[in-house]
Amino acid sequence: MGDYILLAVGAILVNNILLIQYLGNCPFLGTSKKMETATGMAMAVVFVLALAGIITWIFEAVFLKPLGLEYIRTIVFIVVIASLVQFVETFMKKSIPALYAGLGIFLPLITTNCAVMGVCLINIKEEYNFLEMLVSAIAYPAGFGLALILFAGVRERIIIGRVPGPLQDVSIALVTAGFMSLSFLGFKGMI
Amino acid sequence: MAKTVVQEFTKGLWEEVPPFRLVLGLCPVLAVTKTVANGIGMGIATTFVLVCSNILVSVLRKIIPSQVRVPIFIIIIATFVVVVELVMQAVAYELFLLLGIFIPLIVVNCIILGRAEAFASKNGVLPSAADGLGMGIGFTISLGVLSAIREAFGSGTFSIPFPEQLAPLFGIDPVIQLFGPSFQPFTFMVEAPGAFVCLGLMLAVMNLFGKK
Repeated sequence: MGDYILLAVGAILVNNILLIQYLGNCPFLGTSKKMETATGMAMAVVFVLALAGIITWIFEAVFLKPLGLEYIRTIVFIVVIASLVQFVETFMKKSIPALYAGLGIFLPLITTNCAVMGVCLINIKEEYNFLEMLVSAIAYPAGFGLALILFAGVRERIIIGRVPGPLQDVSIALVTAGFMSLSFLGFKGMI
Repeated sequence: MAKTVVQEFTKGLWEEVPPFRLVLGLCPVLAVTKTVANGIGMGIATTFVLVCSNILVSVLRKIIPSQVRVPIFIIIIATFVVVVELVMQAVAYELFLLLGIFIPLIVVNCIILGRAEAFASKNGVLPSAADGLGMGIGFTISLGVLSAIREAFGSGTFSIPFPEQLAPLFGIDPVIQLFGPSFQPFTFMVEAPGAFVCLGLMLAVMNLFGKK
């Protein structure tokens, strides 16, 4: 049990996917201007990544590894993720319209979110078993959501402040992200 | 179609240079620019995928039904990424190990899908190839500059791209010391925060020159 807690804390704070492993930065900068979009994106990523993690792990264990097809992993995973996102979108639209109204517009963006593909690949690379994979597929996006929501809060304040001309918008956002990343680096000693 | 092939090529070098002007594909930009060798290697791999996928998408643009175009683009891109992965494993194995999961992640680099969607699916083969090559070279140069700055301050070195092939050719060390023995490395620059801050400041400098 302790191992799983350690893995979860490691994935959320110490190896934060956004600020320490640099995955998923495009939606990070794109959706962090407003708190609502940041929350929506964070929820959508948690939802899709948990599903994608399980499905890609099963694909690897059932098809790719026994058949010796590891070299086409990239193609298989991206197709699985893209069709999963499409499926979730259609399913949600029909059966849970309330949730779709909140997350809908973020779902198509997730296909090209490197955090999703990245975590699926990390699960395979670290040779996690099913439970460890499950913890990592939930903890990594939780870390993504944490960083994204914290950052959106900071960024809403920056918009009000007076920023020198050339530094405006993305530039100042990156510098701010750098300092947030510095504080996350402080968790390094925890494990 | 007022623009010539040459203009399509050169716009990727300055006007629309990918990581800065378009702010796309930031993950590899931040992650692999610890050393010049990694940065340039990643840039070249991305350029190859970008040019090939642009050409193929442009050739097939009249056949691909527009409803399912995005999945098809992604499969085309993924195919070339696998090609790069296998070639790199054979030719530059050390680089392959250093770049790790960022090679398969070229697939989700938004620049490539972005160019396929915004340019190659609407234009002929020759302009698409030129566009891909220009964007790719612009991307490679940006990675090179950023990694040169980070490496110089962070570890005080300059590492030659493709050390196995290039270093013996010119008879130089694969890693050049820039500042002499008394240099204290500023490790902030090679850690994660340095990447964000350095890219942010570079963007500010680009904006400063762009505003003339």
